[in-house]
Amino acid sequence: MSINTYRQHVIPVSVIVVFGLLFWYCLTVGLNASGAIARVLPKDGSWSYNDLIHATLSMSRPILPAPHQIIQDIWVSLTKWSISSPRNLLLHTWVTASAALTGFGMGVALGLLLAVCIVHSKTLDKALLPWIVASQTVPVLAIAPIVLIILGSLGITGLLPKAVIAMYLCFFPVTVAMVQGLRSPQRLEMELLHTYATGKVDTFWLLRLPASLPFLFPAFRVAIASGLVGTMVAELPTGAQAGLGARLLTGSYYGNTVQIWSALVMASLLGLLLTAMVSLIERLVMRTRRPV
Amino acid sequence: MKHSLQLLTTESSPVQTEPALTRPVIVARNANLIYPAADKPVHALHDIDLTIRQGEFVSLIGPSGCGKTTLLRAIADLESITSGELLVNDMTPSEARLSGAYGYVFQAPALFPWRTVLQNVVLPLQIQGKMAAEAEEIGREQLARVGLTGFEGKYPWQLSGGMQQRVSIARALGFKPKILMMDEPFGALDEITRDNLNQQLQDLWCEEQRTVVFVTHSISEAVYLSTKIVVMSPRPGRIVKIIDSTLPRERTLGLRDTPEFMQLAHEVREALAEGHHEH
Repeated sequence: MSINTYRQHVIPVSVIVVFGLLFWYCLTVGLNASGAIARVLPKDGSWSYNDLIHATLSMSRPILPAPHQIIQDIWVSLTKWSISSPRNLLLHTWVTASAALTGFGMGVALGLLLAVCIVHSKTLDKALLPWIVASQTVPVLAIAPIVLIILGSLGITGLLPKAVIAMYLCFFPVTVAMVQGLRSPQRLEMELLHTYATGKVDTFWLLRLPASLPFLFPAFRVAIASGLVGTMVAELPTGAQAGLGARLLTGSYYGNTVQIWSALVMASLLGLLLTAMVSLIERLVMRTRRPV
Repeated sequence: MKHSLQLLTTESSPVQTEPALTRPVIVARNANLIYPAADKPVHALHDIDLTIRQGEFVSLIGPSGCGKTTLLRAIADLESITSGELLVNDMTPSEARLSGAYGYVFQAPALFPWRTVLQNVVLPLQIQGKMAAEAEEIGREQLARVGLTGFEGKYPWQLSGGMQQRVSIARALGFKPKILMMDEPFGALDEITRDNLNQQLQDLWCEEQRTVVFVTHSISEAVYLSTKIVVMSPRPGRIVKIIDSTLPRERTLGLRDTPEFMQLAHEVREALAEGHHEH
């Protein structure tokens, strides 16, 4: 690592992190103080401010857990329990990730299909686009139980209903970006292929698809993130047995705030990992394009 | 006037510079192209009569708006004439296009940025369904002819503007079209590069005797390259004069200082001015 990257990236980022953590600890002490006084510290008032701070940072059901409590909780769950145990967060992360990825795959397939139809047919362009936009104005919280009930009545449970809801959120950005991307070739490029008497299929594979890639990958990043949200929302109403959404739900049932926060942290880490994977694929696919 | 001028006729007196008249490739008779417009329709091409024969190098020259690019686009089936007749190899432009008669070089190189130079050159061959190995061999050959050996694996954005335009010429030549259409291909390049490419184009044409239709703004470019210069004038876009070149088929840049060249250039300039003063 050169001195320059150190100066430009490492120092500013660490400063922000340190300030963030300090702020969090202050908030923890402030928010948990009344609870600690009422429930943890001796009733006769024989405690010092040191005792108070110590108590607010180590409560079992704090209003806001301290960062080290969350890290410790995740660490214990990952190291003390086998991977197949419901107490291991990795199991839940995997359950959520697999549903989100399946939904993402289905959403991308649906989005690409819709975009290809829209670009190649004026009628479908007029007929489909308003419905696609309208579909996104319906809150996913309203759609999720309906989908789960309908699919459940058909005997479909487990991963697939969650994936369907993730798909519902994923396909939209993919469709919009892909329509834009497939239409991005300039008139000149289209005319060039016209002079070669190129058919629609060849035009798609040789020009439209490669031209759309720069539009597609940013949409993939948005889609995978919303797919993750969709999956977790889908895990809430059924009281699913596993998954990060289920952990959030049981955590709030029992007032186990540390568990909620652990699930939240794992969800953000999973989100980061998934978008990083998309970025990596983008880099591989786009490595020959002109660096912008 | 010592040059035989062929004015708006198709089968008149033989052209002196041609030993024997070759087969007509492009024939336009009373061709009109009118763009409908809300207030007043635009008469882009007015009563165009033109015969282009096999192996000719024909330049269309004239001020902006004279319809020279429109005529080229109509021949290549990128526009449709509204009345009259336009035949290419005894077919309609559309049929000729579908039979792969045209190689079209645009003002801009129009290379695909995600394809290497070689992949860009083999694009038309790929569309025609040639085997990959054969296409690649042809592609390398064409790149060598425009002096770009060693750049096969580069991407278009790694090349200068002149090199990019050479790639687009190699691409147009690679699938051996019967007719090469060029729309101000060197318009965006500096004069030195332009001279260089003009000479290369002249050499390529001499080797293959392919029919070329070339749109340009530049009088010296037109005179240097052409066997026939079509002078056009705007509003409505029409042909004012067709000048047959008296220069030998094989040409060098030195030719541009000869009296014969000057005389031809003068004649073109006069015709352009004439078209201008008719208003």
